[in-house]
Parts: sequence; C-alpha cells; structure tokens
Amino acid sequence: MTRAKPEDDEYWNRSKLKAFTFDDEDDEFSRLKESKRTVNSLVMDDDDEEDDFEKVSWSGEPVGSISWSVKETASSNRSGSEQGFPKIDTTSSLSKQGSGYSLSSLFRAKSKSGGFPSFSESFSETSIRTYAPELRKPKSDRKNFVSDLSPEETVRRMQKGRAYSLEKFRSLQDKLLLLDEAVALYDGNVIAAVLIYLKTSLNKEILFRELMSRDVALRHYVHYLKEMGEQKLLVELLKALGRTEDMALMQYKEHLGIKDEGRRRDFLKSCLSLPFSQDDATHVQDHYELLERQIIIEASDKKADGEIFKKFPRKASILNMPIITTLYYSCFYHYGESEGTYSSPANIRKTFRISEKQYILTALGARAKLKLWFDVDSLFNTKNWLGYTKKKSPIGFHKVVDILHKNNAPISVPQFLY
Amino acid sequence: MFVCRMKENGRKLCFVRASNMSVVKQALTIAKPLPEKGEEVYIVVKSGIVLHMAQTERRDAPELPDFSLLKRIARDQLIFLLEQLPGRKDLFIDADLMSPLDRIANVTILKQHEVDKLYKVELKPIVSISDQLCFLIRPRIQTVKWISDLVNSDKAAGRFRKYKIIFTPQKFYACETVLEEQGVYGYITTDEWNFYILPLDDDILSLELPEFFRDNFLEGDQRWVSTGGGALHLLQSVYGSFSKVYGIGRCAKMVYETWREQMEDGDLRTKQPEFAKVFLIDRDVDFITPLCSQVVYEGLVDDIFRIKCGSVEFGPDVTSSDKSIKVMLNSQDKVFNEIRNEHFSNVFGFLSQKAKNLQTAYDKRRGMDIQQMKAFVADELKGLKQEHRLLSLHIGACESMMKKKTKQDFQELLKTEHSLLEGFEIRECITCIEEHINRQVSMIESLRLLCLLSLTENGLLSKDYRSLKAQYLQSYGIDHLLTFANLRQLGVLVEQQPGETLTVMESKVGKLVNDKTVGKLTDAFSSLAKKSNFRALSKRLALVPKSGDEYDLRVPRDMAYIFSGAYIPLSCKLIEQVLERDGWTGLEEVTRMLNGHEFAVTAGGNSSEARTKTDAQRIILVMFLGGCTYSEISALRFLGKERGCRFIVLTTAITSSARLLEALLDNHA
Repeated sequence: MTRAKPEDDEYWNRSKLKAFTFDDEDDEFSRLKESKRTVNSLVMDDDDEEDDFEKVSWSGEPVGSISWSVKETASSNRSGSEQGFPKIDTTSSLSKQGSGYSLSSLFRAKSKSGGFPSFSESFSETSIRTYAPELRKPKSDRKNFVSDLSPEETVRRMQKGRAYSLEKFRSLQDKLLLLDEAVALYDGNVIAAVLIYLKTSLNKEILFRELMSRDVALRHYVHYLKEMGEQKLLVELLKALGRTEDMALMQYKEHLGIKDEGRRRDFLKSCLSLPFSQDDATHVQDHYELLERQIIIEASDKKADGEIFKKFPRKASILNMPIITTLYYSCFYHYGESEGTYSSPANIRKTFRISEKQYILTALGARAKLKLWFDVDSLFNTKNWLGYTKKKSPIGFHKVVDILHKNNAPISVPQFLY
Repeated sequence: MFVCRMKENGRKLCFVRASNMSVVKQALTIAKPLPEKGEEVYIVVKSGIVLHMAQTERRDAPELPDFSLLKRIARDQLIFLLEQLPGRKDLFIDADLMSPLDRIANVTILKQHEVDKLYKVELKPIVSISDQLCFLIRPRIQTVKWISDLVNSDKAAGRFRKYKIIFTPQKFYACETVLEEQGVYGYITTDEWNFYILPLDDDILSLELPEFFRDNFLEGDQRWVSTGGGALHLLQSVYGSFSKVYGIGRCAKMVYETWREQMEDGDLRTKQPEFAKVFLIDRDVDFITPLCSQVVYEGLVDDIFRIKCGSVEFGPDVTSSDKSIKVMLNSQDKVFNEIRNEHFSNVFGFLSQKAKNLQTAYDKRRGMDIQQMKAFVADELKGLKQEHRLLSLHIGACESMMKKKTKQDFQELLKTEHSLLEGFEIRECITCIEEHINRQVSMIESLRLLCLLSLTENGLLSKDYRSLKAQYLQSYGIDHLLTFANLRQLGVLVEQQPGETLTVMESKVGKLVNDKTVGKLTDAFSSLAKKSNFRALSKRLALVPKSGDEYDLRVPRDMAYIFSGAYIPLSCKLIEQVLERDGWTGLEEVTRMLNGHEFAVTAGGNSSEARTKTDAQRIILVMFLGGCTYSEISALRFLGKERGCRFIVLTTAITSSARLLEALLDNHA
C-alpha cells in the first residue's frame, strides 16, 4: 500500500525536466555548482526570493536550466551567519584517545588562537564557492597552492572534498602530524585516507610502531584492513601489537569462508596451535573434533539404510551443526550404540563434556519425537546403591511435561512423574 | 454525558462519561471549555473502557515542521545526478537503498529520466546489455570492488560502456582508492547523492544507516561522524537554527563538533527557527533499553514483523487470506495512530470498541431514504471502508502476535527480564536463561538475556560467564566465539574482573609499555572502564518503580508504561532530566557513572530573546547515534504530552534488540 501524496504526483506531471549541461565538463566544478544549488534550494527566505523558489521548483520553469542556476549562484552571495555555536571543550576528554601524545596539538592550538589568518582561511568559503578561483587557474599553479598547505589545512580540504596533495609530507614527523590532524577532525573518512597514504609510503614496522600509541587511528587501520580483506597484514599488525588473542580469533574466523568440509577441518586443525585464551582454546579444539566426527558420521549415514533411516529420512546433513544438534541427531538415529562408536550419544556426551541436565533434555526431545516412551521413561531411572530404581530428573518436571505434550505423548506417559 | 473535573498532585484531570466515542468527540469539538488547557482528559465509555485522550485533544501541542520538503530535496538531487549521464541507462541499486528510494521516488520518475532497467546489487555477474550503467550504492569497499571487476571484465571482452557510481550519502576515500588500485579510476565517473535524511513519519527522521552502530561502536571507525553532522546541518539550513544543544557520549561530541564546523563554513540564512533544542545521545550510553522486550504496540509489531522503512509486511496469518499485504505504518493510518503508543494489553479493548463503533456507523444505513443513502455513500462510506480494512488488519496482527508470544514462553522471559532490571532473584534468572539456551530456543533471545544479565549486574561472575558461554557455544555453534569477542569488546557481555585497585597500576604502566601481560591487563581494564553501573544509576534516577505498586497501564503515570511499568528507559529519563534542568547541573554523579562526555551549549548571538515565545521553543530534536527503538519513541511522545512539547527523533536507524545483536554476530563469512 504505497500511497503517493497527490501534490507530489501533480508536481511530477507538471515539471518538464531538461538535462543540465555545462560548457565546462570539469567534474569538480559541476559538483560545486550542484551542491550550491541544493543548499540554496533548501532555504526559503521571507523576501522576494521565495517567489523565485516557488516558480523554479513547483510551477513550471525547468529545474536545472542554465538561467535558473546562474540566478541561484548570484543570489547566494550574501550570507548572513548571524550566530554561532560555541566549541565544546573536548581537548581534555576526546583528543586524549587519539592524539594525546602528539606534537600536533601544539601547532593546532597556535594556528587557531593566534590572530593571523592562514593562507587557506583568507580564501573564505564564499569566494571559493562562488568563483571557484582554483579551477580557473592553470593546473600547475593550483598544484603549488595545495602543496604549500599545512597539515591542518590539508586535512580540512580533504574533508571538504577539495583538491589536495600529500606528496610534500615526506618526513616521518610530517606524516604523523598529518595523521594527528586527521584524528583531530574526527572524520573517519579523512583518517582512512591518510592511513592509506601512510601505508604506501612507510615501512609497515614503523607504521605499526606509530599506531601503537594512536588508538583511534589504529582502530581505523584495523577496520580498513578487515574491509580490504588484507588478512595477512592484519595478523602481522596484531602480532606486532601484542594482541595475540585477537590475532588468533582473527585467523580462526577465516574458517567461515571455507566451504569444503575437509579443508575446513584441516584449517581448524591448524588453528589449534594459535595463542587463544585458555577457554577459547578448548572451544576451538571442540570445534575441530566436532567437525571431524560429523564428517565421519555424515559419510556413513548418507548411505545408511537402517530401518530408522527409512522411517524417518534425514532432512539435512549434520555437517556444521552445533554440538547439541549433533547430540540430538545421535539420540535420534544412533541411540543405544555402544560408547565406543563415534556416533553414539554416550561418546558425544563424554567428548564434549555435556551436562547431565543438557543431555537428558536433548535425549528426551529426540526419544519423545520418535514416540518411544519406554526410552523416555528409563531416562529418569536412577539406581541407588541397593539396586532399587528411582525416578529423578535434573530438569523441572513442568518442562518435561511440556516437551512430552508437544510430542503428543499419551496420557499414561507423564503419569510416572507424579 | 457526564463531566467531572478534579486536581491531583498538580495534574488537572477531566473525566468524561459517554455512551460511545463519537458522541464524546462531537462534544469535545462543540463544547469549547472542554477540555481546558493542560488538562488530561479521560473518557469513560459505557463499556468501562477508559481512553486517555490527553494526547489528541490537548490543544497546545506545537505544530511540527513539514519534513516532506526533505524528500523533495533528495529527489531533485537524484534526478539531477541521473541527468549527468544522459541517455538510456540501467540502474543498479544497493539492496538496502531500495526501500528508502521507494519512499522518495518511484519507477515512473526513474523511467522519465531514462532509466531503462532496474537491478539490485547482488555482487554477482550482471546480465545488462545497456551501454550505460549507473550504480546507486552505499560507499562500501566490497561493492566498489565488484564494480571494478565488472569494468575490468568488460574491458577484457572489448566491450565499451559508460559507468557512473552515485555514492550516498557520500563517497569515501577508501572506495576511490579501490577504483584506483583496480585500474578503473577514470573509466568511471563518481558522484555523491547527499541523501542524509529520510522522514519516516511526522516525528521520525532516519539516516537509514544501520551500519553506523557497528562501525562506530564496535570497530571504532568514525566514518559516519561527519554524516551525522551533515544531517544536522541540513536540518538547520532548511528549518532554522537551534538555540541550545545538549549531548552525551563520545560520538555525540564529535558529531556536534563537525556540525559546528560546517555551520561556520556554510552560509546560514536568518530564519525563524522551527526547533528549539537538540539533544544528542550515543547508543552506548544506554544499551539496556534497546535490549528489553517491546510491549508497546508499535515496538511489538517491529519486534515480531520487522518494520522496514516505515512499512510492514503482514503475512497470510494476519490477513487471513493467502497473500501478504504491505502496510505503511505512520500517522496517516488513523487506526494505527491511535494504538501505536499503547501498551499491548490495552490494544485489544480499544480495537473491539472501535469495531463496535464501526458497526454502529454502518448500521445507520438502516431506515435511510434514498437521498440519505446517497449522501451516506458519498460522504462516509469510503472512510468507513478504509477504517474497516485497517481495523481488520490490526486485529489480525494482534491475534498473530498473541499466538507467537504465548508459544515462546514469553511470559517467563518477561518475568526474567523484569527480575534482572529489579536486581531480584538473579540465580533464578540465570537458571532460566540456561534452560533457554539448553533447549536451543531462539539464539538471539538467549543472547539478549545474557547481555541484559551482564549489563544489569556489571558483568558476570567468572564461573557463570564460562559456563554460560560454553553452553551457548554448544547450543548455537562454536563460531559464536567471535560473537562473544565482539560483545566483550563492546562491553555488553563481560566477565567481572576481580580487584579494582589494579586500575591505578594500569594507568601507571600506561599504554606506552608493550608487554604481553600489560596488554592483557589493559584488555581487562577496558572492559572494566565500560562497566554499566546500572544498579546505582537505576537508584539515582528512580528507573525501576518499587515492586508491589499497582501500575495501571491504561492510565500511564510515567514513561515506565512502555515496559509494563517495570522500567523507565534510561535514555529517555536522561533527556527528561536534562531538559528539566536546562543542562547537566545536578547530574554530575549520573554522568560520572555514564563515563562522562556530556555537554550543553547555548547559541551565541543576540536573537535568542526574539523567539522565546514561539511554538518552536517547544519542539525538541533528539538525535540517537547508533539507533533508537520504537519504544523509546513512544516514551518520548508520552513525555512530550506530559510537558506540552513535541519531540522529533532523528536516528541513524530504527533499531531493536534483534537488530542490535545481529549487528554484532560474527558467525558467518
């Protein structure tokens, strides 16, 4: 039910849109104009401009015609920024994260508080927007202009998508200044751009070393490498940082991309030697053993023709299923096998240290599904030392009843519970 | 009709007793003195149903600005960009841009601008035979790599085409670098479509950037910070400037700073402002609220059916036919608009009353003569039919939700959740969560409860953490090791660390020393630093009402009603407190427990007194960085009604417990 608003339809039926072309094909120039146009069309002033706006957008005059855009450009010159918001004091809390150790903060403070305007500041925003002087200049001229900029001015130009040049930042100190300035702008896009430049122009050991004390930049770099799929470099980086557990997990993650189960198993095996935390090492070990076992079970069950497989054909393969699902499967198809076999519930229970509660819950579900009520009953038998059998359940009996009920157990079955 | 007025705790209450709703509505419009300004009106209908009418009938709620303008701006810009590639072309659209695009343009518009065929970006080889390909995408490296491969394979096959990428809302250097590295830079033109904000409703604006959450809070990537600033800048350029900005959170501070800089750069026009105040809040200030089960109608619909871009698809079980229906859920839907903020338990009663009214209206036909019948068909029937249709849909949705909620032992989970919030019988809660995991019931639900447990308890005891994690991995797959690492990194599911004294040591050793053990220590402490202090916060801000108190959900007394009276959302409570105090004074202890990063700034300049009396003073923009839930929006709507103001929510995306946790899963390639 998409309800288009009537006035929208009306607008679209009326407007005759024409393609908007400049003589100049320069991409940046057209973008400049276009963003100007957007910004201007946003504002509806109370003066005569409102009429223009109405006429332009909603009553016929072709949007994007040359005359219209020229008029827009002309009228946008007067700007009244009558009030500003103050800066919040972020130096104490925010910059600490990234550039607390950097020299650049000193430079920054100077250029901001010291009254003399820098080169780029004297090129005020309005003049650039309106006349786009750098585009009129010969190319070589422009290059000089951008390569003379300070780190701060450079990252600001980058943020605004203007021409810039990183060539002149050749000394390590300059490169790091540039990075710290980017971090100080809070703009992840610019930080990434600077990091890409540092990646190509610095030896990786040196880059790693410098990133160590720059947490914000480091996290951007890690994320960038992740997105680029540069696994090797990422592992090296984490290793250099001493973040061995992260590195191990990072490598372990690669198994997700391996489709072939044999190769996946081998890969998991190779993961066993990675420096996981103690707990995680156990889990990864489990993962390897589980898949290995699943491959064996799958191979034999695929062609199994026992009665149970005929009566309840398998709906899916057991490969890559969780441990509990595997246990359920084994309680369903391999119940009563001796503990020695890989596929027996007892063996799975033991290998993966499954709690009694968890085991009974799973076995109960599987046997109830098969409606083998005798098995269900005997799950709760415990023999005391005199050999008498007793009913005991580690799970709440209301849960047991719930499971039985869902499997349509006959009334007589749950009776023993009471 | 019977009217009774009384005062209670400074609230002006008005009770109206009437035989049915239409009579009351008539009365309210005719009888001017009813209701009085600032009065809460309760209407008691014959059947005993109480309707809280303060919301709709309160006359002093300020008008909201018209946000449809934002759609037009975005559409105009898109058309302009499409025209930059003249001639017929095929358009490839990122999957998650399709719904937002649908809200502002349609196929006809695209066709008018020479778009031939539309494709979804699937990162697979393409079948297009067009000579011009245009890609409308989010700036993602993967997508750009795919496009580069496409161009290269075309080149290898000797095929000549024109390519254009339109990045939205902006392009990233990293993406352009990919084009350069793949040798296709120059073969492809790129552009930006600054489609920052999609209005989802009168009072909901969305950046539609769900990845903001993971990128910013988990990966620590600030790529979207300036996007947030850009969105605020856009609002300001269209609707006028703000007089005051409050915020809390690291990201909020950065967004404010980038916005301020854009403000200084750009040319701001003087314009009567349409908002007064802005509140910026980071999602990581409050993880508890989005992790609670939603029980207000709109939130519940989102949890169960997933509202996508303001629209929901009701399946056959709701429509009681064999097809699904897509419905826009917003204030245009009269029925929905009246129940969206109601606690679920009230909705049934409301809908059945509504159905009765509808029946009465239909019944009017009896005994009409021809002329009356004609008038009836011309004036009323269409509206009634529309209402009828909507009503049956929402009744169907309610039924379907009831079924699902009873099936999943919802009540038990809800009880556990409330106990966690209250800090009551934690052992029982753990057992309940354990059992949930053991039975392999919903993977996300289990994770949600684990996170709630950790957040409310300031981390799990080592023994519990290990055992629950092991059981979780057994039930849902060992791959979730990676998920647990993410949750720990974010601080939402952590192990308690013994001994706080080490923090001092850690700060002494500092980050300068690179030693394996210190690395481990730092790890331990970064999770400590993020500890949630929920109990203390809850006490300080009175977030959890005393148990035993009766809470009448039909007559909500505070924002806790959105969680059945069990918990006032922390995020909304903070907003309330700061607005009340006009800053953070008196909340020092609270902000300390929230890890600081709070701020409040007033606009300089001289025009502030000129607009003190306008409606705009009572419109408050709340920006959620990292997403907000429908329940939070309902809570803010309630708060607005209480205080005679209106809230506009600007969020990076609508979130929910499931969306939030899914963003943190890492068990797939």
